[in-house]
Amino acid sequence: MPDTFELGGKSFTSRLIMGTGGAPSLSALEDALLASGTQLTTVALRRVTPGTAGSILDLLNTLKIAVLPNTAGCHTAREAVRTARLARDALLTDWVKLEVVADEDTLLPDPVELLDAAQTLVADGFTVLPYTNDDPVLARRLEQAGCAAVMPLGAPIGSGLGIRNPHNLELIVRGAGVPVILDAGIGTASDAALAMELGCSAVLLASAVTRAQEPARMAAAMRHAVTAGRLAHLAGRIPQRFHARASSPGLAESPAF
Amino acid sequence: MTATRVQVVVNGQPESFPADTTLGALISRLRPSRTGIAVAVGDDVVPRAEWDDRPLRHGDQIEILTAVQGG
Repeated sequence: MPDTFELGGKSFTSRLIMGTGGAPSLSALEDALLASGTQLTTVALRRVTPGTAGSILDLLNTLKIAVLPNTAGCHTAREAVRTARLARDALLTDWVKLEVVADEDTLLPDPVELLDAAQTLVADGFTVLPYTNDDPVLARRLEQAGCAAVMPLGAPIGSGLGIRNPHNLELIVRGAGVPVILDAGIGTASDAALAMELGCSAVLLASAVTRAQEPARMAAAMRHAVTAGRLAHLAGRIPQRFHARASSPGLAESPAF
Repeated sequence: MTATRVQVVVNGQPESFPADTTLGALISRLRPSRTGIAVAVGDDVVPRAEWDDRPLRHGDQIEILTAVQGG
């Protein structure tokens, strides 16, 4: 039976959501997206400058990857709500990765503004996917507000520090009735595998791939890591033990020569 | 007396247009294709169906956005 990922009423076979920021070129990004196997990928909204072409949209369209606009750069609920509404009009999707960050040094979510924006956008008919702190209480509040998923950070955006508080992530997963998507902080494949082992439904990452020395190769690594972590989660790991437990039969139990 | 030109701000830049200019005409100057862009005046998104009927008004703060790599 296929292990599909249900999100916002849609069904995905890939559990790796990609971002497009930080890629050295559009062709490097294309190679990375293909290698990642992603079916859902974020874009940002910025001012049109004369002559700019919609090349990222063309690329995602060609690759048949669904587009997920974000509200990156917004610091208040008001800005984020406006950006989400603009994205809906520009991209003809009511899905939004909701980001409301507190400051440029940490890029940490501002929980008060985030919840405010989430409530407004849910009421406005959006499928809201909020980038949130690794706070189980805030995750619960976002779910109660009607968000389609919660997307806690493992570590600050672009830091590559991995999952700094695995226990909080487990608490969020344990308490959530919507998919939990690890968003931000992934540095390498083992981080993505850990997120999935801890019970996340998917992983969202960008920098770890786009800023790797070989983005396409790292994208393939992430694809396998997410699959491996998911399989390990479903399989049920052995309990950790203080002492060894032999995996070969003891001499007394085995037939003598 | 009707002013012959309107002063607006487009993506942060003060600009001046003939008084009968519509939002649609302004957008066409920036981009030949209307795919993948959205427009707000102040806090309000102006749906694309209304662009060609919406005249520029003095003091409009217009934001014209499109998707870029990010996130």
